[in-house]
Amino acid sequence: MLDRMHILICGGTECKESNSLELRDKFNSEINKLALGDDVKTILTGCFGLCALGPHVVVYPGETLYSGVKVEDVPQIVEQHIKNGKPVERLLYKGEFNRNKFRNRSELTFFARQKRIALRNCGVIDPLNINEYIARQGYEALGKVLTKMTPEEVIDEMKKSGLRGRGGGGFPTGLKWEFARKSVSEQKFVICNADEGDPGAFMDRAVLEGDPHSVLEAMAICGYAIGADTGYIYIRAEYPVAVARLEEAIQQAKDLGVLGDNLFGSDFSFNIELRLGAGAFVCGEETALIASIEGERGMPRKKPPFPAVKGLFGKPTNVNNVETFANIPVIFLKGADWFKSIGTEKSSGTKVFALGGKIANTGLLEIPMGTTLREVIYEIGGGIPNKREFKAVQTGGPSGGCITKESLDTPIDFDNLIGLGSMMGSGGMIIMDEDNCMVDVARFYLEFTVDESCGKCTPCREGTKRMLDILNRICAGQGTLEDLDVLESLGNMIKDSSLCGLGQTAPNPVLSTLKHFRDEYLAHVVDKVCPAGVCSHLTNYVITDACIGCTKCARNCPVGAIEGTVKGKHTIDPSICVKCGACKTACPVNAISTDPEDWKVA
Amino acid sequence: MKTLEELKALRKKSYEKMYMIGVANGVRVQVGYGTCGIAAGAKPVYDTFVEEIKALNLDNVEVTKVGCMGECAFEPIVEILESNGSKTIYCLVTDRIASEIVEEHILKGNRIDKYLLSKIKR
Repeated sequence: MLDRMHILICGGTECKESNSLELRDKFNSEINKLALGDDVKTILTGCFGLCALGPHVVVYPGETLYSGVKVEDVPQIVEQHIKNGKPVERLLYKGEFNRNKFRNRSELTFFARQKRIALRNCGVIDPLNINEYIARQGYEALGKVLTKMTPEEVIDEMKKSGLRGRGGGGFPTGLKWEFARKSVSEQKFVICNADEGDPGAFMDRAVLEGDPHSVLEAMAICGYAIGADTGYIYIRAEYPVAVARLEEAIQQAKDLGVLGDNLFGSDFSFNIELRLGAGAFVCGEETALIASIEGERGMPRKKPPFPAVKGLFGKPTNVNNVETFANIPVIFLKGADWFKSIGTEKSSGTKVFALGGKIANTGLLEIPMGTTLREVIYEIGGGIPNKREFKAVQTGGPSGGCITKESLDTPIDFDNLIGLGSMMGSGGMIIMDEDNCMVDVARFYLEFTVDESCGKCTPCREGTKRMLDILNRICAGQGTLEDLDVLESLGNMIKDSSLCGLGQTAPNPVLSTLKHFRDEYLAHVVDKVCPAGVCSHLTNYVITDACIGCTKCARNCPVGAIEGTVKGKHTIDPSICVKCGACKTACPVNAISTDPEDWKVA
Repeated sequence: MKTLEELKALRKKSYEKMYMIGVANGVRVQVGYGTCGIAAGAKPVYDTFVEEIKALNLDNVEVTKVGCMGECAFEPIVEILESNGSKTIYCLVTDRIASEIVEEHILKGNRIDKYLLSKIKR
């Protein structure tokens, strides 16, 4: 067992108050008593972020975390764990802690578990003040690249970093740059894809609003690498704050001379212009985006030729997403090896996720690739509110699929998510609990893609519409078993035959819910009930004996369908009830049931 | 911008200003001003800070708009950075709370625990 062990003792302020210095001395003296001094080392570290239960001690290897350790516990830890290799059960950290004690950013789990690269400056600097960006090493990467590196070296560094496109597909960014570099042309373009359209995803907006210069700097680096002197940022007009800040940032960069002609004394010049999109989801697809910048209707084109060969105005073009760009300056400041060391082997670096749906901490978080879904949802995201049960998480927005409870321990990276039948997408993560009907969720996403389909190719235009018709029928209680087979074959057909990414992925939410939640579809089709109580044609609300007569449901009912006396059991009149679910949300004791077992009896 | 040295000199200057190096009792008030913050009412909060700091003539205090720090559900968020290295995050701030922060925290140095992000978050 004794093979170079380390004992880490928290030396943060709060733990020091609870005698961590004495603890260290006691550890040292116990270790010396057993003559283990050569193999075991004690280290005083910074705050672990669980201050309420301090002082903490971590034993490596194994990363055993003890909390609330007292001086008199030390001999037992040394004897039992260090010497004999058996952790002391009674002192192990139990996972429940009082967040009220946390003081600042690094001590809050929400921040402590994150690793911020793309979001490094968001919420830290004044986005409208270029000097604050520079104070945080802004434009140093560009200066370094222009004065010390050749374009080929820049591309090699990018390839070495292993950075993959954060917009959806996960294509290696270095390779993309290399293709654009190798295309011979007088004129080339760099485009930043800021047409963020996934429902529930807003990381690009946060970067553009909080740190616009990081994108500008990275675009200039890309321009140098591929040989382009002009960049376009294609951003949706629905982001007025981001648009205004980008305009201001571009002007400031020009005034300071970090955009414009002969940057850093070189013969490289670079300018950036904004192009506003009208918010069509399909314009997130790069060829449709290019068509839109050209003034055409936003519709995808056939690939190949890829944009790297024939893109904007027929010239070689490199398109990257906002978050991809935001990572790039850091790669050149800290080196590709550093970046490669974060994350997993095939997906290096971090990813920003927008947590939404049934989750306590709605918001943005950036985590190293390889973090598990469970850690994201339960530890950083704070779990599911209102004591509800987790059902599924939807990643990749309308192009992705549902991931179930069984897969929660999968490390998040591009390939694992695809393996689970979903995808990374732009990083929206919608958490669903037992009150979500999966058929209804699939229908929601399909409604979105039907709306957003550009109509150019038949499978996507007609196929998704037919799928939606079937889902509407199922939700209305008119579905048949045959419908499920049709959904499946139609979905696969659309995937195989659509022109662009929108159609190729549009059936995913339906196919993945069909696969993982077939029982819910069957309940809708065969039993004509919606187990979650969402589809109003297929459910009834009843009040169970758990009712405490608090009258909250009756007061919240918009149609006055609930009757009952104070402290007496309430009842719902099904002939008035519109099945809106307001009572269920209001009930403090979970006495409103949509469980068919309950309402069939009633 | 012609050389890397020129940039680094500017960086040093900006860094010192931003982190209040050499300012006695420097305070930097960061108001979350992303779309999420604005929607939750960051403008009156920002305006209150600016007005009160101006009225009190506090030249050691800088009020700044910053982007989203990710805790969108708890906006408007105000982070107070002090030149002694302490950082405090207040959340769900209103213009009334902003006045209270100026009064208690900035003037008297008393952190107001009940508005802390760590207190309000479940």
